[in-house]
Amino acid sequence: MEYISLQNIGLVTGFLLILTGLYGALTNKNILRIIVSFTIFDAGLNLVIVALSYMKGRVAPIIDKTTGIHHLSDKFVDPVPQALVLTSIVIGVGVTGVMLTYALKMFKTRQSLDIKDFKETKW
Amino acid sequence: MYKNLFIIVILAGLGILLGRFLLTHHENTSLPELPAYYTDNADHEVGAANVVTAVVVTYRGFDTLGEVTILFVAASLIAMFLKNGLVRKERDPRPSSVILSTAQKLLFPLIVLFGVYVFANGHLTPGGGFQGGAIIATGFLLLLMANPQAEFKHGLFNSIESISGISYVVIGILGAILGLGFLDNRFLPLGHLGRLFSAGAIPVIYSLIGLKVGAELSNILHHLNEVQNEE
Repeated sequence: MEYISLQNIGLVTGFLLILTGLYGALTNKNILRIIVSFTIFDAGLNLVIVALSYMKGRVAPIIDKTTGIHHLSDKFVDPVPQALVLTSIVIGVGVTGVMLTYALKMFKTRQSLDIKDFKETKW
Repeated sequence: MYKNLFIIVILAGLGILLGRFLLTHHENTSLPELPAYYTDNADHEVGAANVVTAVVVTYRGFDTLGEVTILFVAASLIAMFLKNGLVRKERDPRPSSVILSTAQKLLFPLIVLFGVYVFANGHLTPGGGFQGGAIIATGFLLLLMANPQAEFKHGLFNSIESISGISYVVIGILGAILGLGFLDNRFLPLGHLGRLFSAGAIPVIYSLIGLKVGAELSNILHHLNEVQNEE
């Protein structure tokens, strides 16, 4: 029973999402499906980072009437991973947009989204 | 065949690695030194009630400037790739349903207002410039879904984006001249903790980021939508 904590639930969900995303990116042949797999991988990674900063009995790092302004480092969870994940989500959006644009361009040149039709850069 | 085996080995290896981590790690019981400093000093050093915002905009403000730059580069790349040889094709798409177009007219101002609320209160409540900008972009996504032929004023969006980007850097430099360092928020008065006009320059910076991100994401959506209007 000691393994069932909120942090472990978050970690396991994140790990499963990471493995699902990696499996999808390695097995699918359609470019759009690969892009969706990468976004699933991204979501899992962000979930793991946030779950690692969780501590039992502590609250989100926002000062209000219930927390007061004294001894805050004994009441708050770690704000740094949350700030990092904020950055990571925004960069994920940018990368996904660029990937989708490449996919559109590739479809325009070959009328196909199957990576088997693009062999020029294959080694 | 070898390829499938390779995939199974990679997945199993990563799974074992992650599983071992899960079984051996322990939850932290106290904050490390740096986050403890941030949480203890954010209220009087930065004046922001939301400690995550204090970290994002002030303590690690330089990273956020880089993040905004990355989003800008992504938006420019998308514009560059999709702008070449744009020939508008006259399409006559089926008009969207009455429900969608009426709901869009009703909801669009409310969504934009909510986005502004989220980024203007970024130093007090969960939220901030990036989240508020993304909410504003969903308003424009709804607009494009209700009317795929909609024309955006690209000049207006580009000027909003450039002006807010330049103002962000100018405020950062003002912090270096009037305050203690680049992107220091204390050249404006810190005010009373928890008020809307508090935390020095943080609300200004986050509003500029919100406008910039909203304009960039709306531009990306419009560029991706324009592709289906091309020959």
